Amino acid sequence: MGTAAPRKEAAAKVSGTAQYVDDLCLPGMLHGVTVRSSEPRALIRNIRFGDGIPWHEFTIVRASDIPGRNVVTLICDDQPFLAPMQINHAEEPVLLLAHKNKDLVRRARNHVFLECEPLPPVFDMDEALSARTVIWGNDNVFRRFCIEKGDVDAVWADADLVVEGEYSTEAQEQLYIEPQGMLATWDAETGITVRGSMQCPFYVQKALMPLFNLPPEKVRIIQQETGGAFGGKEEYPSMIAGHAALLAWKSGRPVKMIYDREEDMAATTKRHPSRTRHRTAVSRDGQLLGMDIEFAIDGGAYATLSGTVLSRGTIHAAGPYRCDNIRVRSAAVATNVPPHGAFRGFGAPQSLFALERHMNKVAQAVGLSPEEFRSRNLLRQGHATATGQVIKEPIDLAGLQQRALDLANYSDKLQRFQELNRESAIKRGIGFATFLHGAGFTGSGERNLHSVVHVEARPDGTVCVLSSMTEMGQGTNTILAQVAAEALGAAYDDVEVLRPDTTRVPNSGPTVASRTAMIIAKLVQSASLSLKQRLFDAGSLTDGYSPRQFKDACREYIARFGELKTSAQHQEPPGVYWDDEKYKGEAYGAFSWAVHVAEVSVDTVTGEIQVDDFVALQEVGRVLNPVLAKGQIEGGVAQAIGYALYEKVVWVDGSMANNQMTNYIMPTAVDLPTIRVFFEEIPYEHGAMGAKGLGELPMDGAAPAILNAVENATGLSFCHIPLLPEDVLKKLSLARESTMHLAGSAA
Amino acid sequence: MGECAVRFTVNGEPRTVVTHPMKRLLDVLREDLNLTGTKEGCGEGECGACAVILNNELVNSCLVPALEASDATICTVEGLATDGELHRLQREFIKAGAAQCGICTPGMLMAGVHLLSRCPNPTLDEIREGLSGNLCRCTGYMRIFEAVQNAAWQSE
Amino acid sequence: MRSFVPDFDLVSATALEHATDLLSDGWRPIAGGTDLMVLFNAGKLPYRKLVSLRRIEELLDITVRPDEVSIGAAVTYTRIRQHAVLQREFPALCLAASWTGSIANQNRGTLAGNIVNASPAADSAPVLLAYDAEVELVSARAARRIPYREFHLGYKEMQLRHDELLHSIHLSRANEKWRHYARKVGTRRAQAISKISFIGLVQMSGDTIDNVRLAAGSVAPVPLRCYRTEESLRGERISSTVIHRAAATISSEVQPITDIRSTIEYRRTVMANLLADFLKSLR
Repeated sequence: MGTAAPRKEAAAKVSGTAQYVDDLCLPGMLHGVTVRSSEPRALIRNIRFGDGIPWHEFTIVRASDIPGRNVVTLICDDQPFLAPMQINHAEEPVLLLAHKNKDLVRRARNHVFLECEPLPPVFDMDEALSARTVIWGNDNVFRRFCIEKGDVDAVWADADLVVEGEYSTEAQEQLYIEPQGMLATWDAETGITVRGSMQCPFYVQKALMPLFNLPPEKVRIIQQETGGAFGGKEEYPSMIAGHAALLAWKSGRPVKMIYDREEDMAATTKRHPSRTRHRTAVSRDGQLLGMDIEFAIDGGAYATLSGTVLSRGTIHAAGPYRCDNIRVRSAAVATNVPPHGAFRGFGAPQSLFALERHMNKVAQAVGLSPEEFRSRNLLRQGHATATGQVIKEPIDLAGLQQRALDLANYSDKLQRFQELNRESAIKRGIGFATFLHGAGFTGSGERNLHSVVHVEARPDGTVCVLSSMTEMGQGTNTILAQVAAEALGAAYDDVEVLRPDTTRVPNSGPTVASRTAMIIAKLVQSASLSLKQRLFDAGSLTDGYSPRQFKDACREYIARFGELKTSAQHQEPPGVYWDDEKYKGEAYGAFSWAVHVAEVSVDTVTGEIQVDDFVALQEVGRVLNPVLAKGQIEGGVAQAIGYALYEKVVWVDGSMANNQMTNYIMPTAVDLPTIRVFFEEIPYEHGAMGAKGLGELPMDGAAPAILNAVENATGLSFCHIPLLPEDVLKKLSLARESTMHLAGSAA
Repeated sequence: MGECAVRFTVNGEPRTVVTHPMKRLLDVLREDLNLTGTKEGCGEGECGACAVILNNELVNSCLVPALEASDATICTVEGLATDGELHRLQREFIKAGAAQCGICTPGMLMAGVHLLSRCPNPTLDEIREGLSGNLCRCTGYMRIFEAVQNAAWQSE
Repeated sequence: MRSFVPDFDLVSATALEHATDLLSDGWRPIAGGTDLMVLFNAGKLPYRKLVSLRRIEELLDITVRPDEVSIGAAVTYTRIRQHAVLQREFPALCLAASWTGSIANQNRGTLAGNIVNASPAADSAPVLLAYDAEVELVSARAARRIPYREFHLGYKEMQLRHDELLHSIHLSRANEKWRHYARKVGTRRAQAISKISFIGLVQMSGDTIDNVRLAAGSVAPVPLRCYRTEESLRGERISSTVIHRAAATISSEVQPITDIRSTIEYRRTVMANLLADFLKSLR
């Protein structure tokens, strides 16, 4: 453990043999496409099929053809697979087409005309909150939360200072390089089988059972190699899987649906836009006395996972700070844009962006440096978070912060940049963010999942790990095999992690929320230990055995008893308490902690910002595989830099107007700094081999760290991301004008 | 419009396909030759997932009409290994953790191989430029730079 | 949305006459395909019959003569970047070639293609304007040579008849003694479409400007040579006042728009800032 075991499927990936869904081809296969609405909100009056297309050759599925329930089952039953009459967002699926000729079916899509009666759409969160036009439920609100700790209303009167701020973030596209895709087959005997790119096979199964009125054994979901996901393939795959399955069911042929990039970007989920308002009471010596936070996210047209995203964003809104009086009120709001959904960080990057910008503002107001102000207020062992979760581990956040600043050469640079900036049109600056990320499902979530894994030895003595955890690039196959190998005393190469197939693996819950290493690998460890124990009990193994002897023992045991398979089911650690009503208690099994430091240069000629250096220091419990862990942090930071400085979704009438890679700008190899990654390791007693979650953490810190650095460089305070050169130059021009104005009036 | 016969050499083997002249080389490789290692990420020459080496030059195969590949020598990711032995860059990709989800990996490898062929000992800046037409959403590119650097050192 | 492949035809011409004959019959030329294939893939290519220029020998050359360098229509950016004479005498052209797309696209894309695609954001267009390039247009019936500055007539409108082919681009070697300043401001550092690009060429006597040429991309419906600003600078000594005035002139000379990539205000401000930065660098 803690070694750089090579990625299990790396050889297949570098040699081009790894099978992604679009690489599959079945005899008689048809190609499916989706006909979508161009209106953001409307009633469908008629669907017209244009001339010049041999429609009789096509398989066509309309809402009225659906054999079961026309609802994408997830949390709230509000979203149809195919809009029956009412359109609630642009790109909403209305009709499905399949044909054996891929080019022809794509052309045919342009010849289906939806005749609609437009209804007034709502695109703006405030407009939605006003409920002047009701587009969802009674009040356009999917979900609200309120966290209350102490009595925040009592602090304002006596506070030395009250600091307010408003911060906002925009949508972000996951931009996995493999677009969404599914291949479905139908058989009257065996039912539906869907193979594809996904994070959560059992979510897809759960959504397809009611769609066809079929029992679980007749809805088989198989994950293919998945070319990136980042949350974008958490809930959306149910939609495209349902569509491919409907076409397969209707045509009786295999049907493949692969989105092209434009469709994928326009139609699938993105990170929720957000707005956070902070009102903070602080004493003259820099003690946080009260934090009143309002957090709102734009959920788009259907509920999907917005309530859950909101929950995580709400819980993270007060961050890693100790404060006796906290109130966080939040709402997820409906608008007529395609539903926003899961994306790495899941609400936390939004509320932590606001918090870590605001903490700099408060520090400035009390006349303390950002690091000193934070140090005085960071949580320590024994302190309680906003939900009242007491920190049990010996985490020294002020020490972690200092180490990160030292690694970045922070104080020297602060001084040096100040001197350099006097003469130069390029202004340099450095800034940081100190933050946390809760691992695993929130609150009672993990308890309710009842996750199960199996570990099974095969007749040849090798071992197979069975769980529903998917590999999407983050390293599931490798770390689960490593944990099993170590717990069993087996050779890493003798452990295989089975690709999830709902007929073969147990439900271990979804592959989300940084839960694989901490929660599922722990179950793999437990099941492996019981398997080993069984070998000991049967006298097949004795202490001090070698991996070779372990393999022999498995072989021998199976020869004697026929099967060697063990299971483990998740048990919540003792003493964990969570109140879903009041949002109080242990929100997460554990938090990972981090301090990220960004160094930037701002070109005052063009407003362009470059990140020149990036230090990412984090405490994530025991690091299971240093190469994979580093890769996760680097990749997360890269996405977060994109979030901060490059990636803007341009909306026109509720549609993404820049839905191409040419115009939605993610960082290339020349845009990113060297990302320097460091770990501290405090083993977590309930995680696999001491591990906590780390996949989402690196999404949280870069944006506020970068904007803090920009403020350090230019003196300009920005509260919105993405921060584009246009914004920088506008503010610089205004600042220059006002300086000139002042100079003029002084003269 | 009619189909035409296009002859070229792919991964050392002479091949002939009968196809529409405007069919994308990417589709010819994936559909007609079943070489599915070459991936489609964007269909607009932006992401580099479909990069192959055509007459010793890196190209995005989604922007090359089939007819334009007539008489060409093409190398795809499937052709990097020789006699079952991985190319040194493929080996370094595995060691450095340069492949995460793997979907950009074939194109990234072709860009890396192309870079090393014209610049055997690249600086970090040259590596960055050489790979800047290949988008990777997983790695932040750092592990990939390391793999290319390590492969370059081996060639000295 | 994809194009329907069987609707399209492509032939590869091996002789110029073959290509120009086809153009007379309504075919359209394709060289590197880095623009047209994007349109084709998006189902937006307005032509059905295409003739490839990539195998026409005489279009594949960079010809160096005592008085000029000529770049054939099928010459790729990569070859321009690597060409020793161009690197020495027209460094801003090599730089602009390096700005264009990715290496893979530079291996296919051509300078001539960039010009006839007629995007106001074309990376190499301002450089060609500043170098006073000429373009040679040929058809089955005739050939003509015109200054590049007269080539673009309006947004996506060119001095190029449907039966004409942009055969080659000519650069006068008298350009040698210019000092240059060239900058692209894109949406990112690589693989970017410009928000604005700018080139300044200058000849100085001490701190007095003898001659200056200024051109910019993405600031007007066509790539723009900024004659009015040039005129205002000729014979001037570089000073804060001159810089300030020139920045104001160029801001009013450009006519940018707000689009998916940037805003009118940004483009105007950056235009002025880049010119100021250029002039300050001459002090």
